[in-house]
Amino acid sequence: MQEQLFQKKIDAEQKIEPKDWMPDGYRSHLIRQISQHAHSEIIGMQPEGNWITRAPSLRAKMILLAKVQDEAGHGLYLYSACETLGISRDELNSQLHQGKAKYSSIFNYPTLSWADMGAIGWLVDGAAIVNQVSLQKTSYGPYSRGMVKICKEESFHQRQGYEIMSEMANGTKEQKEMAQDALNRFWWPSIMMFGPHDSDSPRTGNAMKWKIKRKTNDELRQDFIDKTVAQAELIGLKIPDPDLKWNEERSSYDFGEINWDEFWGVVNGNGPCNEQRLNHHIKAHEDGEWVRKAAKAYAEKQNS
Amino acid sequence: MTDIEKYILRIADTTLILSQRLSEWCSKGPSLEEDIALSNISLDLLGQANGLLEYVSKLNGEISPDEYAFKRDEREFYNFQICEIENGHFGDTIIRQFLIDIYFKLYYQELEKSKDETLSALATKSLKEVSYHLRHSSNWVIRLGDGTQESKDKIQKSLNNIWKYTGEFFEMDELDKKMLKEKIGVNNKTLKKDWDKLVDETLIKAKLKRPEDGYMMTGSRKGIHTEMLGKILSEMQYLPRAYPDAKW
Repeated sequence: MQEQLFQKKIDAEQKIEPKDWMPDGYRSHLIRQISQHAHSEIIGMQPEGNWITRAPSLRAKMILLAKVQDEAGHGLYLYSACETLGISRDELNSQLHQGKAKYSSIFNYPTLSWADMGAIGWLVDGAAIVNQVSLQKTSYGPYSRGMVKICKEESFHQRQGYEIMSEMANGTKEQKEMAQDALNRFWWPSIMMFGPHDSDSPRTGNAMKWKIKRKTNDELRQDFIDKTVAQAELIGLKIPDPDLKWNEERSSYDFGEINWDEFWGVVNGNGPCNEQRLNHHIKAHEDGEWVRKAAKAYAEKQNS
Repeated sequence: MTDIEKYILRIADTTLILSQRLSEWCSKGPSLEEDIALSNISLDLLGQANGLLEYVSKLNGEISPDEYAFKRDEREFYNFQICEIENGHFGDTIIRQFLIDIYFKLYYQELEKSKDETLSALATKSLKEVSYHLRHSSNWVIRLGDGTQESKDKIQKSLNNIWKYTGEFFEMDELDKKMLKEKIGVNNKTLKKDWDKLVDETLIKAKLKRPEDGYMMTGSRKGIHTEMLGKILSEMQYLPRAYPDAKW
């Protein structure tokens, strides 16, 4: 009965709020998805943080610093949204540290040149926006509202990333090479960000019925590719996919086969930076323990 | 370089190098909230540096703000040495920040009265920011000083170690005297009394012991630095130096 009412609400496009009844599966799916999203924001600070101290102009440094700070802020909203489902930030953090919770695999690739800051903004934030725009209509209220706020900032980041790429693609010979190399390295991992094909994605079923997800992985991936190819052409960069071709009938691009072995390898821990990213996060957490303890002890003294 | 250009570079470099150091904290903070706070302070200081460098560049007419930041060598930088010291643990960073935040607050309050309108306006804008920074750092000094025994020991040690870098705040060399006389600059010596008072107020609340004024580091007004500045610059300046023809 409760479940029917719940589904009726979903079908009528009403939002589910924290105190409303919800099936256990809905709750656990959301916790998994939102925390994965939050962890991605936080781990994603590392590959970009890697270049803050080496940003090549005052303006570039300000933009990058502000961007990484926005990401930390997104992480905070998302952790808060997740907490409304009855799980604490400490638990979420420990799931991350134990490897039980995932984050976007794209952040397990190294950032090797300044052009990577462009590629991450343009492609990674670009892919994230495609996903997040559709999630603004997700059925869970706090998540949906968080997405509306986050989308505004992400589209800003995406434009800034594209600006870096565009400047470098039109810059010196070395800059152009860096830009193309960054695109070569980040293209495939970016389109993998949408996850496995719908036919191989075991969790898509209920997520669509419950309107947590509003579009399937393949639909989102296609949206992203269709809007990004023209952007690459405009600045004279070549997408590293020989099979990429406009399909008149579908009004979309056909593209080559994704290397799913690499995808699953990185998801399961075997990517170039998996260990480094997680160890970095664990170390920061452990190094800060005495600080958190002191703050707690001080607060307790004030209350006693 | 004219006197006023050099005078402004001292403040600009101090904010720039401190910002650079603070930005190293990104993704390493003791909590997500602190990560955001430290980046925020870093960003404010970078904004201050940018405003000041734009002004020097305008006065100079030839060198761009980016060239000032990315193309000068150690001996041409005039930031206080306190900005260069390594971040250390969170308590080290907080003490460094606390000691300089009080200085910034008092300094900008005076600089606001400068007859140079641009400097005065930049001081007003910065003052709002450093007041917030000071609230943040003082609160942490108190929490860590009066938190656990471990945090108290740690931060007392940070305070003792960093104290010797505070002497530079109050020096007056020929240039300072000249700028003061022209009603452009600040009398640094007179800041010391209020600085002492504000430091003491927080240290008392934090139950920390104020170190004695002993040996003090000096030299930044002449472009003398710790060995750490060279490493900061080689990281910060690497791209514009490696690709001098590139625009970013």
